[in-house]
Amino acid sequence: MSLLSNYRIIYSTFFLGLICAIFPLPIILNAFRPDWMMLIIFYWVLALPHRVGIVHAFIVGLLLDLLLGSTLGMHALVFSILAYIVSINYQRIRYFTIVQTTLLVGLFILISKVSLYLIASSLHEIVLHKHYFWSIFTSMLIWPWFFLFMRFIRIRFKVA
Amino acid sequence: MIAFSLILLLSDSQFNLFASLRIYLNSLVSPVQYVADAPQKLFSALSENVMTRQALKERNQQLEKDNLHLKADRLLLTQLQNENKQLRELLNSKRVFTNKRMITEVMSLRSDPFTHQLLIDKGALDGVYLGQPVINEDGVVGQVSQVGSTTSRVLLIVDASHGIPVRVQRNDVAAIVHGSGAWNKLNVPFVQSNADLQEGDLLVTSGLGGRFPAGYPVATVTHFNYQEGALYAEVTATPVALLDRSRYLLLLWNVHQVQESDLSLDSLESEDVTTE
Repeated sequence: MSLLSNYRIIYSTFFLGLICAIFPLPIILNAFRPDWMMLIIFYWVLALPHRVGIVHAFIVGLLLDLLLGSTLGMHALVFSILAYIVSINYQRIRYFTIVQTTLLVGLFILISKVSLYLIASSLHEIVLHKHYFWSIFTSMLIWPWFFLFMRFIRIRFKVA
Repeated sequence: MIAFSLILLLSDSQFNLFASLRIYLNSLVSPVQYVADAPQKLFSALSENVMTRQALKERNQQLEKDNLHLKADRLLLTQLQNENKQLRELLNSKRVFTNKRMITEVMSLRSDPFTHQLLIDKGALDGVYLGQPVINEDGVVGQVSQVGSTTSRVLLIVDASHGIPVRVQRNDVAAIVHGSGAWNKLNVPFVQSNADLQEGDLLVTSGLGGRFPAGYPVATVTHFNYQEGALYAEVTATPVALLDRSRYLLLLWNVHQVQESDLSLDSLESEDVTTE
């Protein structure tokens, strides 16, 4: 399968993920929104490290920064660090069981949320809401299904 | 790879450099925003279409009644405006009212979790500029913090980094209202502990900063408390406008806010304060 169609699938998942990241939800549910972009980047770097790397993570993070109206580079930095860690260790992580990867996803999202908070608080005055960390649990809850779904897509469309 | 992250950090810390570039960057991502907003728009359009004839009729009647009342109020308003102008001429102080405004719709999308922002569907192509005041029918909502070509972001008055100069409508005591980061709470710091403020007082914009036109309601005081011996009183307020529920907003243009009128307003306000 050609390079173009590989990237077409990958980019369309990125596009959907960005939409899911900003899709309007009621305020009560808003805090429980999973971190779609983290999951998508994690999956693609894990599955195809030669296709999706730090540069992609950086660009997607920058787009997310623009969409959320946050300081430019916040998400870009966090995503590229995530991609860096995963791309170094992908061979090890691939042998993890699904429970282990779920825990790993939770850990990554926790670290990213804390670092996002630290970056934002060092740049301007902000207030931390008590619901801020809930999305870690929803992300972990969604990860196994998301993983299977993405693998189905990858195999179905023969992305390699 | 680490160097890459470092470059990123540099660009991050220099984020002020992006201010002009952001117009183009924001317009770059606006298609995604429109797509994400589309289902909501479709839904509201559908629910408008399936309204019954009876409901429409009732609503029309209600609106016509409201319109009649507002028009009757307006009759007096022109007279009051003239009178006010004459009085101001006697006092030798000119104040320019803004008259250009534009209705804009909120695109209810998620924003950065640390800040309170709204996305609106008007941008630089419509003449929106940075720092533009935004109100709704109840009171002040916030100001424009980022401009794209067809969308822009409004920083709400409840954001922790937002401050707005106000005065108490009852007695013209000047104060500053700061956002607290919660949706319905505002802080009023640096109020003298013996200042004449009561719970329920309406705070209106004073126009001192030159950014917001004077006289628009901002918040009502909900809590006034001071400790004996403390320098400042603890004052909190709630915004008048329903910030998380407003669908349509108004953008105001500060067209003729020349430096002179600002100064005269300034001196007038300080006179008021000193004579009290």
